[in-house]
Amino acid sequence: MTVAVITFGGSNCDRDAVRALAHVGVDAERVWHEDGLPSDVDGVVLPGGFSYGDYLRAGAMAAQSPIMNEVRDAAEDGIPVLGVCNGAQIGCESKLTPGAFTTNASARFQCESVYLRVENSDTPWTAAYDAGDVIEIPIAHGEGRFEIGEDRYDELVADDRILFRYCDAAGNVTDEANPNGSRGNVAGILGERESVAVMMPHPERATLPDLGRSVDGEGVLSAFV
Amino acid sequence: MTTYTATVTVRLKRGVLDPEAETTKRALERLGFELDALRSADQFEIDLDADSPEAAADRADEMAERLLANPTIHDYDVEVDEA
Repeated sequence: MTVAVITFGGSNCDRDAVRALAHVGVDAERVWHEDGLPSDVDGVVLPGGFSYGDYLRAGAMAAQSPIMNEVRDAAEDGIPVLGVCNGAQIGCESKLTPGAFTTNASARFQCESVYLRVENSDTPWTAAYDAGDVIEIPIAHGEGRFEIGEDRYDELVADDRILFRYCDAAGNVTDEANPNGSRGNVAGILGERESVAVMMPHPERATLPDLGRSVDGEGVLSAFV
Repeated sequence: MTTYTATVTVRLKRGVLDPEAETTKRALERLGFELDALRSADQFEIDLDADSPEAAADRADEMAERLLANPTIHDYDVEVDEA
């Protein structure tokens, strides 16, 4: 299993992702976006960072990179694709996933640990958890407010495509526990296929035990095992 | 061919929260100004050669659709003038 962690100009969580994937036993390598996807790729991670300085909108420029056509084709073939943080913004901008991640309600960059409630455990990304589980994973973003039209949101809910919602330590999904004003406290969603997912929190920052904090993110990365 | 300037204005859809505009509004109020609301928009001025104003507008429209605006959160309009 070789997972390609795509490095765009301005990606900065690519190394962390490779390391965290290695910890869960997944062979991963960084791939420069201009080099295209390796032919034997078994998975794709769009990592966090500030690709192209967040010009225009976070993720808008990276979404135009030719490698994203290859990523879309790979996703169509059922290859697992995970977008994290800036990777989630790129995922929505490139229409791998619906909606948009835009300016936090606070209008500030927020770097903090948050609690997430697992909404649907019947996906590769959440199979390690039970629905209703509360996990702790950090966020670090200025543009993480999930926005989508009401009809599309209702469809996502009806189709069980919400992976995680921001909640408090007890699992209550409340406005107070919503760090960025996301619609429905949504922190992560599925694409058309359950093998495609994006999330603003960073599972790769909550995987290595040496960091001395939550390792709750390991379960997400285990989808690539 | 004539040279035109297409002006594309991209706004958040009504009802979509604009935290930067809210912050700007509060800063104006702190300066002592009275105002009811403030909306922000991005404006792009694009110089291009085209056979007609309609052709210039069509091209700018496609630019907005494909990159300059995000249809999930934005509305946009296009105006064309001879440069």
